[in-house]
Amino acid sequence: MRRRPAGYAPGLVEQELQREVERTVVTLDVNGRRTPLLLPVHKTLLEVLREDMGLTGTKHGCELGECGTCTVLVDGKPQLSCLVLPLRVEGRAITTIEGMAAGSELHPLQQAFAELGAAQCGYCTPGILLAARSLLEVNPKPSRDEIREALAGNLCRCTGYVKILQAVEQAALTLSLSRNAGEGESIR
Amino acid sequence: MRVVGQPLPKVDAGAKVTGQAVYADDVVLPRTLHCKILRSPHPHARVLSIDTSAARRIPGVRAVITGADLPVKFGILPVTQDERALEHEKVRYVGDPVAAVAADDEETAAAACDAIKVEYEVLEPVMTIEDALRPAKDERIQDYGGPNNIHKLVALEFGDVDGGFARADHVREDVFFFQGTTHLPMEQHSAIAAYVEGRVTLWSSTQVVHYVHRALAKVLELPMNRIRVIGAAHGGGFGGKTDPFAHEIIVCKLAMLTGRPVKCTLTREEVFYAHRGRHPVLMWVRTGATRDGRITSMHFRSALDGGAYGSYGVASTFYTGALQPVTYDLPAYRFEGCRVFTNKPPCGPKRGHGTPQPRFAVELHLDKLAAELGIDPVELKRKNFVQPMSRTVNWLRVTSCGLEECTEKVLEASGYRSRKRTPGHGMGFAISSYLSGAGTAIYWNDMPHSEVQIKVDRGGVTAYCGAMDIGQGSDSVLAAIVAEELGLEPKDVRLVTADTDSTPIDLGSYSSRVTFMAGNAALEAAKKMRAMLVEAVEAGGKKFEDVSFEQASVLAEARFGTLVTAGSYTPPKIAGPYKGSGVGPSPAYSYSACVVDLDADARTGEVHVNKVWIAHDVGRAINPLLVEGQVEGSVYMGLGEALMEEQEFRKGLHKWPSMLEYKSPTFLDMPELETFIVETLDPEGPYGAKEAGQGPLLPVIPAVNAAIHDALGVWIDETPVTPEKIVEAIRRRDKGEPARYGPRAFPQIPYPPVIKVEPPAKDMLVTPSEI
Repeated sequence: MRRRPAGYAPGLVEQELQREVERTVVTLDVNGRRTPLLLPVHKTLLEVLREDMGLTGTKHGCELGECGTCTVLVDGKPQLSCLVLPLRVEGRAITTIEGMAAGSELHPLQQAFAELGAAQCGYCTPGILLAARSLLEVNPKPSRDEIREALAGNLCRCTGYVKILQAVEQAALTLSLSRNAGEGESIR
Repeated sequence: MRVVGQPLPKVDAGAKVTGQAVYADDVVLPRTLHCKILRSPHPHARVLSIDTSAARRIPGVRAVITGADLPVKFGILPVTQDERALEHEKVRYVGDPVAAVAADDEETAAAACDAIKVEYEVLEPVMTIEDALRPAKDERIQDYGGPNNIHKLVALEFGDVDGGFARADHVREDVFFFQGTTHLPMEQHSAIAAYVEGRVTLWSSTQVVHYVHRALAKVLELPMNRIRVIGAAHGGGFGGKTDPFAHEIIVCKLAMLTGRPVKCTLTREEVFYAHRGRHPVLMWVRTGATRDGRITSMHFRSALDGGAYGSYGVASTFYTGALQPVTYDLPAYRFEGCRVFTNKPPCGPKRGHGTPQPRFAVELHLDKLAAELGIDPVELKRKNFVQPMSRTVNWLRVTSCGLEECTEKVLEASGYRSRKRTPGHGMGFAISSYLSGAGTAIYWNDMPHSEVQIKVDRGGVTAYCGAMDIGQGSDSVLAAIVAEELGLEPKDVRLVTADTDSTPIDLGSYSSRVTFMAGNAALEAAKKMRAMLVEAVEAGGKKFEDVSFEQASVLAEARFGTLVTAGSYTPPKIAGPYKGSGVGPSPAYSYSACVVDLDADARTGEVHVNKVWIAHDVGRAINPLLVEGQVEGSVYMGLGEALMEEQEFRKGLHKWPSMLEYKSPTFLDMPELETFIVETLDPEGPYGAKEAGQGPLLPVIPAVNAAIHDALGVWIDETPVTPEKIVEAIRRRDKGEPARYGPRAFPQIPYPPVIKVEPPAKDMLVTPSEI
């Protein structure tokens, strides 16, 4: 069942575990806050966010980079946190779902997802919200096909994607209206 | 009505869009140990010895357990208690749990699993239905059931089937195969247990806290009052989290042994092997009809590939036969079903539980029958639609039925009747029905299937119910009903759900039962509460509507003391007078109709679905936004099963146990979709509501295949439809062979003599019970 490293022999792992696990200090900038952490070098960003920083809003569906569930933003671009080692993103701006709302004020995407029923079980929702936010920052008026393309790496098993597409479109409209009204600054 | 019928956001939407919903793997308790499970690498083997000594010596390992620590068998159905949390005698599929470790961290637990030495005597695996029907080479998989590796055989006949065929102008036979598929929830199963003061508490991603509760009590040999099961926020089930699972029992046992909380989250690969998904089913169907398309008789046979354990399989077997007469009015019907054991992960319920397979077969079969009779398939089907307020030949009671209305909606909107016939473009039509909750409980008893309590104090309202919101929105439905009755908004109603310590029973989120059953229980409790509030307000010479809710609750609390009401729902006793009649009855059936429009390339076999129209008779949409969501999700999942999803094995191993290789539709694959909600106001549903979460999946799959036939003139008589199968069918047609791809024959199965059941009297009244 579980994949074993090549050359595995019983006993090897035992020896391995008795050795000191190599750790390193990494300073992560998550949701605008810089936190120094002492981490085993092999831990993924997903694991560090969830287990060391208590940011359990980032979910996991496969831990192999296949489902998009663990998407976070690194310098505004979607990244699969299950495939990212923290050292690689040291000093870069990491955004998780916990950093999406401005205090208790929901981001227009979050508002639209809630209003239009785009979250059913809600498990894929954080990843999709962040990927959609990244899209709208680059392309404020995406066509339906552009939204599909941008979110194609995020699987959802509940919604059939219909209400998610509607919600992203509604949020794009809300954002563009607020920009036109000159209120863009207040919406993160 | 103010609340019912409004497209309101879900009551938990805020938590879900901000990452604050707490799923089982998000539950953090101090000093938590991590659990890994060692699983069988063999599909079929005897366990000769298990040596855990090396594992126990690893620093950080706190406990190692094997089957000897958890010997009591369990299983979801009382008749098939055939599973162990850990198997120490025999393993029956790759992935069968053998040992488990609790350690300080996940890596240590995994290393300890690697250090456990298990000696196996490998047995010849049984991998197909055909294999399972033959005598076992080494030994049978389970020591119960029918001959060879047969698990269950059933043969029932309603009315004069042979007479019906004799009366027919035309008789046709077909064979179909529906491939197995898995649920693929986004959330991997997870459970965390704590043991404090002699009590076990388990948080789990389960669809049914009550069944987990029962299984834990049995296997841990503890009274139920020492066990608390809490449903954490749920990351998707689709039927896949309806059985009690080994890992749920294991973490409890490990917590009891170590005195520390223990968590186990399955890897994605383990989720594929945990399965309990759609049974692969081979089907044979024969139907007789008059020249003008009226069905005179139907004979249906199914053979289900069940995997290694019983799971829900006996029920699944009956479900492959039960609902045919609920969709079409069959004057005579014979059903012969068979489930076999194979050395694969056990199959169980997936969205539609045992009914999408026969739906696929019967819809395509009737399309072919219509073509032979020279009748438009839609007209043939329509001629045989089941009627509202009728009783089927197998004694199922049909109350509200919007089949006609659903059909008209999708035909009209899609322009099906006036479609242009161009090669490579096609449209297909199909219908379906589904239960609004099973009318009988899994373990036979006379108690209610759902109970709700409401507490009001100083203006606050709390509703308690065992129902589990798995994302479908059952919490929102409960809140809407209570709010409607008490003159509030759903957000004013606090909910406590899916917690066996603090909520009254509900049999959980499966068989599309929650809106109907928990909804009726909530309605009863809320009406009682309203009556107390009204009485108290009117005693003071005022009208309920003229005072605030808070004032009303203060007056009522002063008058009656603690304000608590309860409601419960017990389905009417409507099962027929025969053995096996417990599967199929439901207090109400939903109905759906679907049209699929697609392009199919004769050269490459590629299929592109352009648009789907679906109409669903939900009785009443308590929240149309959520109903649409259920219908859209069903269509999506149906398209996945029609065109790509496959749970397939090679040498006992899953061929593609990852989310990349197990193909499921992405944003790019989902076509445009138009949904119509049809409301027939069921006489017994809460405000007339019926189910929405499963039925709309069913017609999508046959509609896809019918559309492919419409486009290319070939029948693909099995799922999924792949380009290879289309190209092969075209090649066969061009060679002058039958223009189809699919199974050629149905195996010889030693069905028992049929039990002949007298159908209900024609004039037997359908009287909805008073709610």
